[in-house]
Amino acid sequence: MSVTGIGASVRRKEDVRFVTGKGRYTDDINRPGQAHAYFLRSPHAHATINNIDLSAALKMPGVVAVYTGDDIAADKVGGLICGWMIHSKDGSPMKAGAHPALAQGKVRYVGDHVAVVIADKLSQARDAAEKIVVDYGVLPAIVDPAMAVGADAKIHDAAPDNTVYNWHLGDKAATDAAFARAAHVTRLDLVNNRLSPNAMEPRAAVGDYDEGTDGLTLYTTSQNPHVARLVLSAFIGLAPEHKFRVIAPDVGGGFGSKIFIYAEETVCVWAARKVRRPVKWTSDRTEAFLSDAHGRDHVTHAELALDAYGKILGLRAHTTANLGAYLSTFSSSVPTYLYAPLLSGQYDIPAIYAEVDAVYTNTAPVDAYRGAGRPEATFVVERLVEIAARETGKDPAAFRRQNFVTSFPHQTPVIMCYDGGDYNASLTKALEIADYANIGKRKAEAASRGKLRGIGISAYIEACGIAPSAAVGSLGAGVGLWESAEVRVNPIGTVEILTGSHSHGQGHETTFAQLVSERLGVPIDNVAIIHGDTDKVQMGMGTYGSRSGAVGMSAIVKALDKIEAKAKKVAGHCLEASPDDIEFKDGKFTVKGTDKSIDFPSVALQAYIAHKFNGQELEPGLKESAFWDPTNFTFPAGVHICELEVDPQTGVTTIVKWTAVDDFGNLINPMIVEGQVHGGIAQGVGQALFEGAVYTKDGQLVTASFMDYQMPRADNLPSYNIAITKTPCPSNPLGIKGCGEAGAIAAPPAVINALTDALGHEDIAMPASPLAVWRAARKTMAMKKAAE
Amino acid sequence: MPTVSMTVNGKPVTGEVDSRTLLVQFLRETLRMTGTHVGCDTSQCGCCVVHIDGDAVKSCTTLALSCEGAKVTTIEGLANGDQLHPMQEAFRENHGLQCGFCTPGMIMTAVELVGRKGHNLDEKTIREELEGNLCRCTGYHNIVKAIAAGAQAMGAKA
Repeated sequence: MSVTGIGASVRRKEDVRFVTGKGRYTDDINRPGQAHAYFLRSPHAHATINNIDLSAALKMPGVVAVYTGDDIAADKVGGLICGWMIHSKDGSPMKAGAHPALAQGKVRYVGDHVAVVIADKLSQARDAAEKIVVDYGVLPAIVDPAMAVGADAKIHDAAPDNTVYNWHLGDKAATDAAFARAAHVTRLDLVNNRLSPNAMEPRAAVGDYDEGTDGLTLYTTSQNPHVARLVLSAFIGLAPEHKFRVIAPDVGGGFGSKIFIYAEETVCVWAARKVRRPVKWTSDRTEAFLSDAHGRDHVTHAELALDAYGKILGLRAHTTANLGAYLSTFSSSVPTYLYAPLLSGQYDIPAIYAEVDAVYTNTAPVDAYRGAGRPEATFVVERLVEIAARETGKDPAAFRRQNFVTSFPHQTPVIMCYDGGDYNASLTKALEIADYANIGKRKAEAASRGKLRGIGISAYIEACGIAPSAAVGSLGAGVGLWESAEVRVNPIGTVEILTGSHSHGQGHETTFAQLVSERLGVPIDNVAIIHGDTDKVQMGMGTYGSRSGAVGMSAIVKALDKIEAKAKKVAGHCLEASPDDIEFKDGKFTVKGTDKSIDFPSVALQAYIAHKFNGQELEPGLKESAFWDPTNFTFPAGVHICELEVDPQTGVTTIVKWTAVDDFGNLINPMIVEGQVHGGIAQGVGQALFEGAVYTKDGQLVTASFMDYQMPRADNLPSYNIAITKTPCPSNPLGIKGCGEAGAIAAPPAVINALTDALGHEDIAMPASPLAVWRAARKTMAMKKAAE
Repeated sequence: MPTVSMTVNGKPVTGEVDSRTLLVQFLRETLRMTGTHVGCDTSQCGCCVVHIDGDAVKSCTTLALSCEGAKVTTIEGLANGDQLHPMQEAFRENHGLQCGFCTPGMIMTAVELVGRKGHNLDEKTIREELEGNLCRCTGYHNIVKAIAAGAQAMGAKA
């Protein structure tokens, strides 16, 4: 391994610009003559729009234009789409209500887009928006997914009872049979709490129209600019793709929320052409809380069947998933194919059956948020397994071990075929680091101080490297989920990699350069990673689902293979040898068994000057591209162990130790991988202890600022003990599984298992706030007193 | 419109502002210095922290006009030419950033913290002092390490 090659913790190339304030985020971009957009949003969760009076607003200083849904309709701007078709049990397609970029006749959640004001200055747009008079007819609202079906609130005509779909997966008869012969059944009701994603950079968009070329440019905070262009072009119909450039420059975190195509960027691009000026919008934080797609929001009843020896026989779950007021871009796939296929966890479960009812409510759309479906599945499985162990008097670690999948490939009853792993290895290592054997002593010591100490295990699995195109196509995806790469070697031997992956914190400029350095023997400073611009990179599917390494880098490997093959031909001509006799190592081409060699930059130059070979027989130049379509999902897995203490007097929970042992396959940059794990854990702990997006019954979002929505802060969190085990992924050339979501998937059940262990009962929900924990601890103290 | 004059990163600047213009707007929009970021509107996230006369202040809740005559330092003013400030170097060395959006505020907070609490900062102190800075990417682990290391390096340099 070289100091900058695969496996080295290379310091990030992109950091110099970020630590000096030279990053270039969307809001840092200003176009000449730019106007500013401000969206008037609905203050009601559900209302008809009887009339909108713009006359006073149009007279305000600096106002360029004010548009409403009528203008969107008149210009035949298409509605926002959901790109994954789910069919209900009865075969009927999901019921997708229309989703106009500006509301037409009705608003369906607080924050819905009623009108846009475009003015010279943002302050003028904001002032003018206050002069818009909207006559609303307030309608009944529903926010609770469990109560949505048949509620008084009728949200979409297309879905008369607010049901989007009733979907299922698995063999019901086989699962029911497993339960019928069970010696023990564990039953669990749980809520997977609704979250606001809260990337630190709020969403932003700048639409720009070039009259000379009739071309549109959108600068936007996107995790997948090509997908944005595809949707805005092919479905919403703003411009054909060849006249439409989407640029996602530095993006300040995404976590899923910047995958989706939203109303605001649609309106900015459309309006830029109408007003013949660049139009810029930047979300403020409250707008972000109101309108960024939220995450999770499941209500689930789940059951686990065991035989008399503690072997799991079956699992069944019924989940109601809240999809909010409209179907966001990939929302339909999250509680279905990103959720139920993970219900086997790390366990050999012969029969699984899951039913998912997805519903509309008068809340912000819900879509993928870090982990997307997999945290929800892991929470179900790891809570069930933990409680089953407790109920049957088994050690939770030993119970898991008894039921682990131990041979691969392993076909689960719910689609997935696990290609490799060693679940015992990660559990053993985690138990050792966590000093699990001595938890009893630590509990006793804590009790002597009046504290309740608990330990919780979470043995998670996820399906990443999303995803084989034909497979997802058969499941309803409207797109393929391959990735593209282009390798351009310049005549002096520097290298440009054009990738369809997008970095918004993941460090691709470093890790992708490490791969190139390893393969071509060029210094990483001679490698540029180009991404996030549809005019430069031909096509790509973007970054989410921990796919940049497993899928994005695999495409680069494939293109580098072609580069090497071509370069060997050029080197053969230079060295007067057959390409078959050329070896390439450490940046040098050598004729086998001789000392005749030529270095990579010289071959690059020869490829371009084309003096040493016949340009008709061998094309000049050194540039290759590739598309990589994965053959399978990847299956990162591991064990996280949370140890915590509860103060029963205050309800404050303190995490005293966090152990994470993850199997991500091969690592490109361990430093970056650890950073991904840290951040994921923090988000998972946030979900378990602090975060919750809360609507009042009439649909007002009461957690719409950082004063009301508790983000995890530095002093809420511990430092983490991180270790790895390694079984290389057999399904891609680098053996990579992906690491971006593991922490967020693993952490919530680890925390809640630890908390319920400390409390001695299961009566606690997420987020386990100090008030909730204090109440639960009172029950604990009463139980203890009764036992004495 | 009133004008305001101040010194930003050692350079005297003057600009016309609305009376309601915030310091961060003056920096980002009038001076086009976009290293200082806006992550919220309620003084919670700390992406906008700059130094005003040596104090770490949230520029999203500071009126530009209130900075008349002040000496303002932003993230762009921390490095010495191509030589990173030790705290900037420590964030890079310790992988104390991912998306980079909170980073300018984190670093400006950290530098001022060292000024107040010295070069030997324990984990608890650092975590408590980061009460006003949010990060969504790093889980804070490496930010805490970076600040401890940066504080030491600032001491070695002094």
